[in-house]
Amino acid sequence: MAKEKKEKVVENMETEVVAEDTRKVVLMQGNEAVARGALAAGLDFYAGYPITPSTEIAEILSEELPKKGGKFIQMEDEIASICAIIGASLAGAKAMTATSGPGFSLMQEGIGFAKATETPCVVVDVQRGGVSTGLPTKPSQGDIMQSKWGSHGDNPAIVLYPHTVKECYELAIRAINLSEKYRTCVTLLLDEVLGHMREAVKLPDISNVRIVNRLRPTVPPEWYKHYDENQKYISPVASYGEGYRFHVTGLAHDALGFPTNKASEVAAQMKRLKRKITHNIRDLVQIESYMMEDATVAIFAVGICARSAKAAIKAAREYGIKVGLLRPITIWPFPDDAVKKMLRDVDTIIVPELNEGQLINELHRLTKDKADGKIIPIQRSDGEMITPTHIFRVIKEAH
Amino acid sequence: MANIPQKVVHKYLRHNKKFPHVWCPGCSNGTTLGSIIRAIAELNYDRDGITMVSGIGCSSRMPVYVDFNTLHTLHGRALPFATGIKMQKPEQKVIVITGDGDATAIGGNHFIHACRRNIDITTIVLNNNIYGMTGGQYSPTTPTGDRATTSPYGNIDPVFDICELAMAAGATFVARTTAFHALETQDIIKKALEHKGFSVVEVVSACPVIYGRLNKKGGGPEMMMHMRDNSVPLKATEKMTPEQLEGKIVRGIFKQVNKLEYCDAYANLMSQFNVKEEAKK
Ligand SMILES: Cc1ncc(C[n+]2csc(CCOP(=O)(O)OP(=O)(O)O)c2C)c(N)n1
Ligand code: SF4
Ligand SMILES: [Mg+2]
Repeated sequence: MAKEKKEKVVENMETEVVAEDTRKVVLMQGNEAVARGALAAGLDFYAGYPITPSTEIAEILSEELPKKGGKFIQMEDEIASICAIIGASLAGAKAMTATSGPGFSLMQEGIGFAKATETPCVVVDVQRGGVSTGLPTKPSQGDIMQSKWGSHGDNPAIVLYPHTVKECYELAIRAINLSEKYRTCVTLLLDEVLGHMREAVKLPDISNVRIVNRLRPTVPPEWYKHYDENQKYISPVASYGEGYRFHVTGLAHDALGFPTNKASEVAAQMKRLKRKITHNIRDLVQIESYMMEDATVAIFAVGICARSAKAAIKAAREYGIKVGLLRPITIWPFPDDAVKKMLRDVDTIIVPELNEGQLINELHRLTKDKADGKIIPIQRSDGEMITPTHIFRVIKEAH
Repeated sequence: MANIPQKVVHKYLRHNKKFPHVWCPGCSNGTTLGSIIRAIAELNYDRDGITMVSGIGCSSRMPVYVDFNTLHTLHGRALPFATGIKMQKPEQKVIVITGDGDATAIGGNHFIHACRRNIDITTIVLNNNIYGMTGGQYSPTTPTGDRATTSPYGNIDPVFDICELAMAAGATFVARTTAFHALETQDIIKKALEHKGFSVVEVVSACPVIYGRLNKKGGGPEMMMHMRDNSVPLKATEKMTPEQLEGKIVRGIFKQVNKLEYCDAYANLMSQFNVKEEAKK
């Protein structure tokens, strides 16, 4: 594989918001930004079950969706919520749900169903402290691995991770766009503090938002295949009630969607699920590279930890320390190439994360020098934040 | 009842694609599928306008065989999937096919809440008193004392009465019939489909290969005869004593009331905003 070509990944900073409207500056919470972004992307259907710290998303959508002819329903639990959005999506809706760790766990079987049946939908997980009921009102980044491996079997994952309220808005749009484009369940991971934090954001005019709709079949119903093997991993998709009368099952299925045990047909399905991610890494992976040009020390962080890191970097730069930040915006698929480049380019990497070491394992996967102290963890799972001061101290020690 | 020729089922089956089916010889699931299809044929519904959704189980394999919009979901979850479809496309006729375990064990919570909402979905529960697909473990409707692979000494669990459960939870059309009474089943399903609101039809079914064998109930025909000889129409129960009713399957429509349907309630809510259901995308 051509290396140069793959490293262009780093350049993919295109946003779903084509232009901002500077007149529309509003003070907004992360959760509200997610709801507004989803509406801007054309959300038609929301089903959910209340859980702190995600509930504002449901509350706002219960108010807004009926106004535009959209559907809102509060289901009896999170299992029902994920199933309802998949059903609505099969009937043609852009559909979303939002939850937090415990609910995200309950949704995992349904998330696998959406991925296996290639049904577009979006799950927002505003993470709280775990294990179990944990710390409902405290931040954590404990679901990084759950968002990749939570459902059983090998399933493709597209997971986006904002670090500002503005980015919550943009990535909610991008999550819906990617779910439509790739026919899959996309996860948006938020930190509790981001969900509840208010910041000034400039909302774009709707006409400046790029909207992606799933490909629709152009063939007559007799020719329609719900999973057309002649298309490159993503085929057009019909909705129920349009004359196509297709079958959908979570069982392994053939191109028409009918259950199969035939190894060659099962292999074709598994290959398609995998390749639609691996063949589109350049489109899917987004990272932010902040002050990395001359950096000898890099911080690798997502979400709210990246905010603390940026503040620490500014302070450290005043002391002449060449430190930068590499921040995955798409965390799954993992930005392997950008991380490998970082591992080559810098002497030290600091990995602050609000868990007991999830992101750092991915760095270990990509390097052989684990023992030489090159990768320094900062980990907290007691519900408190990793502060800029803390990161600054570690930068100074490492320098 | 109109005279519908037998061949009518072929119009609604994916017969050149999906047969032979998975069901065992003597299983009553096919008989009930016939009743469902003939009910739909009598109502002259357009195949494109029907979405059939199921959970997981032998009974839940049904949708793959019919030429409608079909969805085979997760164990117990057919109703929330169906709720999403119905909310998004209220003009679709949504039919849920489910088993006793699917509907009242793993899916029990969804079942009572779908009843409570009174969403316009027809739910057909094929109650064979056992987990057929997984090889015969006891379900919430396995009679107390009966054998299952997980109750080798006899089942100690009390049972659910599916119809009472549905009525108490708010379903607006509730009926029971048996697979033996195929024409009655057809007629009741027809009424359930015509009913606006959440309708539940429990079809007492025969799993001769597992439940029948474990409990010495004989083969398919014997189990069908048992349904014939041990069931009574609701009307006839008026004159029967509790002793006479003991062990009898009561057949008929237990509840049929009109109440505001869920999608209509949502439409009412939206009407204050003057939105047009514009053709999207
Ligand atoms: C989450 C989950 N748990 C368990 C199973 C295994 N399972 C498949 S079918 C079934 C029972 C089906 O019983 P019922 O609903 O009565 O249908 P029947 O086969 O009798 O028609 C079970 C336990 C599963 N598929 N998924
Ligand atoms: S196991 Fe029982 S319910 Fe399942 S197909 Fe066989 S006879 Fe029918
Ligand atoms: Mg059963």
